[in-house]
Amino acid sequence: MKEISELTLPEDVRYSDDHEWARQEGDFVRAGISDYAQDQLGDIIFVEFPEIGETFEKGEECGTVESVKTVSELYMPVGGEVTAVNENLAEHPEMVNNEPYNGGWMIEIRPTDFGEMDSLMGKNAYLKMLKG
Amino acid sequence: MKEPLSTTGLILNEPLLWEKGKKGRSGFSLPQRDVDVFPMDDNLLGNGPDFPDLSELDVVRHYTRLSQWNYGVDSGMYPLGSCTMKYNPKINERQASLHGIAFSHPMLPAELSQGILKIMFHLERYLSEITGLPAVTLQPAAGAQGELAGMMMIKAFHQNSGSTKNKILIPDTAHGTNPASSAICGFTPVPVKSNELGVLSLESVASVMDEDIAGVMITNPNTLGLFEENIKEISGIVHSKGGLVYVDGANMNAIMGIVNMDDIGVDIMHLNLHKTFSTPHGGGGPGAGPVCVGKDLEPFLPVPRVVKKNGSYFLSQDFPQSIGRLHAFYGNVGVLIKAYSYILSMGSMLKKASQLAVLNANYLKERLKGTFHLPYDRPCMHECVFSDKLQEENRVTTLDIAKRLIDYGFHPPTVYFPLVVHGAIMMEPTESESRETLDLFIEACKAIADEAKQNPELLFEAPTKPKVRRMDETKAARHPYLAG
Amino acid sequence: MRYLPHTDQDINEMLKEIGLKTLDDLFECIPKECRRTDDLNLPKPLTEWDLNTHMDNLAAEMAVPPDYKIFLGAGSYNHYIPEVVKQLISRSEFYTAYTPYQPEISQGTLQAIYEYQTIVTLLLGMDVANASMYDGASALAEALLMAIRITKRKKVAVSRLINPYYRQVVQTYLSAQGYEIVELPFLKNGTTDLSGLHDLEEFAAVAIQSPNFFGCIEDLKSQGERIHSDRKTMFVTAFTEPLAYGLIKNPGSLGSDIACGEGQSLGVPQSFGGPGLGMFASKTKYVRSMPGRLVGQTTDKNGKRGFVLTLATREQHIRREKATSNICSNQGLCALSTAMYIACTGGTGIRKLAALNHDKAEYLKKGLMDAGAVIPFDTPIFNEFVVKFPSDFKDTYAGLLKKKMVAGLSIAPFYPELSDHYLLCATETNTREDMDALIKEVKS
Repeated sequence: MKEISELTLPEDVRYSDDHEWARQEGDFVRAGISDYAQDQLGDIIFVEFPEIGETFEKGEECGTVESVKTVSELYMPVGGEVTAVNENLAEHPEMVNNEPYNGGWMIEIRPTDFGEMDSLMGKNAYLKMLKG
Repeated sequence: MKEPLSTTGLILNEPLLWEKGKKGRSGFSLPQRDVDVFPMDDNLLGNGPDFPDLSELDVVRHYTRLSQWNYGVDSGMYPLGSCTMKYNPKINERQASLHGIAFSHPMLPAELSQGILKIMFHLERYLSEITGLPAVTLQPAAGAQGELAGMMMIKAFHQNSGSTKNKILIPDTAHGTNPASSAICGFTPVPVKSNELGVLSLESVASVMDEDIAGVMITNPNTLGLFEENIKEISGIVHSKGGLVYVDGANMNAIMGIVNMDDIGVDIMHLNLHKTFSTPHGGGGPGAGPVCVGKDLEPFLPVPRVVKKNGSYFLSQDFPQSIGRLHAFYGNVGVLIKAYSYILSMGSMLKKASQLAVLNANYLKERLKGTFHLPYDRPCMHECVFSDKLQEENRVTTLDIAKRLIDYGFHPPTVYFPLVVHGAIMMEPTESESRETLDLFIEACKAIADEAKQNPELLFEAPTKPKVRRMDETKAARHPYLAG
Repeated sequence: MRYLPHTDQDINEMLKEIGLKTLDDLFECIPKECRRTDDLNLPKPLTEWDLNTHMDNLAAEMAVPPDYKIFLGAGSYNHYIPEVVKQLISRSEFYTAYTPYQPEISQGTLQAIYEYQTIVTLLLGMDVANASMYDGASALAEALLMAIRITKRKKVAVSRLINPYYRQVVQTYLSAQGYEIVELPFLKNGTTDLSGLHDLEEFAAVAIQSPNFFGCIEDLKSQGERIHSDRKTMFVTAFTEPLAYGLIKNPGSLGSDIACGEGQSLGVPQSFGGPGLGMFASKTKYVRSMPGRLVGQTTDKNGKRGFVLTLATREQHIRREKATSNICSNQGLCALSTAMYIACTGGTGIRKLAALNHDKAEYLKKGLMDAGAVIPFDTPIFNEFVVKFPSDFKDTYAGLLKKKMVAGLSIAPFYPELSDHYLLCATETNTREDMDALIKEVKS
């Protein structure tokens, strides 16, 4: 497993305290799990997505991420409607491990309140949390 | 023995069944046809399954070679915590394969089945004596099914008194089947944390106990190998709010003849015959999970039940409050026979077995502490839990230690369970292992700890001696290939 | 005692190492009020020789073939098991092995179970099979729970012609979470009546057994088409006699979504009803919802083929309360016996054996018909069939028992409207001679 100094933590995303990232892209927010999360989980086997069109609140469980040895719940970093999911992960779940912030993205949300992004952490705060 | 336990040998490759065989071969002696052919409607006829055709020697070589790739208790020590891999006496196998037992049909009239009914009746009495709980069912086919029966009985008990309690308290050290079994019954599991001594405290249970809690599921001794010393008081708290106490008896091997479950407030518990009572694990089953209950829960036991009347034995379904049937017939009778045979061979020496199991585990603990990190440095029961903390510096993990033990000729202990210990290594030697075997195991562990410091590559590459190296489990899960 | 290797010297030295004096000291950590004061009140331990005598005497109190001529099926079947299977299954590397969680030293078990899974898919005509459940009854219950999970509907329909004990087990499992079970009646010809099945969109699954409890072969194809008129409702097919599929069309080819049942007929001794073998198979798309263990093929570090337990994240040790089932043990050794049995019979052999079984039952049926018995259900059968005897047959039945003949099973306790109806079975183990003897008795 990686040392904290080895983790990739881009500047252009916000982080939640359950190790997910969220990036604003126009009217939408794209989300996935952080490099720390994928490293901890190990090789990703399968991602269970919510239905497109379903609406969840911030912090609500919306799916699961399975690795060989464990399953982790996915929570909405911001509340809103799920407008897209990364169907490519069905054939290539390893994208979550290889490119957690790009090719390994998981869900796209139309947020009900963009203000919720502010309550997420910036890179420095997340790094501080990891160092614990 | 001066040489190490493990060595190398000639292991033969063997293909899959359908990669060998030739159409027209046969390994079966087809019985004489003494009746005419009665043609069947063409519409109904299928093509028949496309099984390979093999000769008898094909079959024998196939399975003989496969067996040689396996490690069993008969090969060597299996210090698997919470599994109780004790010796499986051969005499028990003889009894289960007796013609009168193996060929018996379950639905014959009772008067033609007295032998087995008698065995079942007496086995219930013996298990009752060992646990201290008066009534028993032998029906559940495994520990997990026993837990399910237990949860159903708790639910039925509460429904019968008009209450709708829908939560179960489950300690953080619980085996995964515990929350799974309670969920199948529609209960919501409520977690309870163990304290710094590794056991449940009165305060933590009292803080979550309320009228909504149907019961608590406790493993005793728990999965850290520790006796839940507050269990009597905890039972008191749970009972005071109308809840019941369920004990997961997977670790019964530590306390036979030493603790009476009825006395400490237990209402219902299951046993694993394939653990405590020496029936073989079979590479994954079959096991048996009898459930023992106090008088209050007796009416809810699954049916049918074995009853004795006028000197004869019967199966009766006349128990209107029963939770019903869990098994098509009466449970894994073939396994019950083996446990019965074991109990008759041991008698009250079952207590000695428990004492020696606990002796062996404490001996391992004392000799290995310092080699591996011991999170709870206190007297243990029949198993002890270490962790990989001392091996962290070279990034050696529990998994690596486990795989390297294979190269030394031992089956690894249970790893990564219980979840409360990070990188847990749970060792249960059982009473079957002699001091010499334990010393060999201890030497192997010490050698591996040394290697972890000096030459960790040996652990990362392990195992190197079995037929295959570490398997690509990711590939197996990402691209499941589940049939040939 | 020969299972306890410790000498007094061993014990003393080991206690010394721990810093204790006696074995009782080991239990000081158990509070006094929790410790037993009385001894275990169990019989005096028996020597190997006395134990054998004791067990032989008990076994002698059981009515078994060849001494008794038994024409009984109803979920447990007498078939010959080759000596080869008995010997190979006694190899201790198979039966004293643990669950194959450490694949490197369990390749024997893992490959054997992978082969078993494949055998089950071929037999039932399905895509994927698990490593087994406890028995046919719990397999059926788990199949219905799986359908409920997948469709998110809370009601199932279960044919009344499914083995009555299986239906009891389904009742126990499903009522635990309040799911509703609707029973489907049967037609005059001894097959399931689906005509009353409306509002399919409320049902998670419809379960039919074929051959059913009466031994009759159900029209799974038409039933499947009817059930699949709702896109989501799942067709669960059950069986108690899998040997039938050596001859008749398998459930997969007839539209089954989940096929489950009892595998005991194929190489597992009857053993008074257990251990059995719960066979369980489904279509690939449902594999993530499947209960039970799964063995998958993969490669090791050196690219060598090998096998591992896989998709374990469905199971209790990882998923805990969100698992697809609470099942931990499977029926490993029984599955292995079945695989060995099939390896012996082969594809060619199983077809011949199934045909022989069919013909034996037909012979008995015809013989009884000629002797004056009524065959109430006009549907093709496999292995077993229902006979209506005259109302005084109860006495004849008791008399036959005294002559060591078991003339089937009275089914009135399960179907009160069918008084004087008996379920008879004939397999390859029942000789023509024995069947003729029974027919003669019935005639007189």
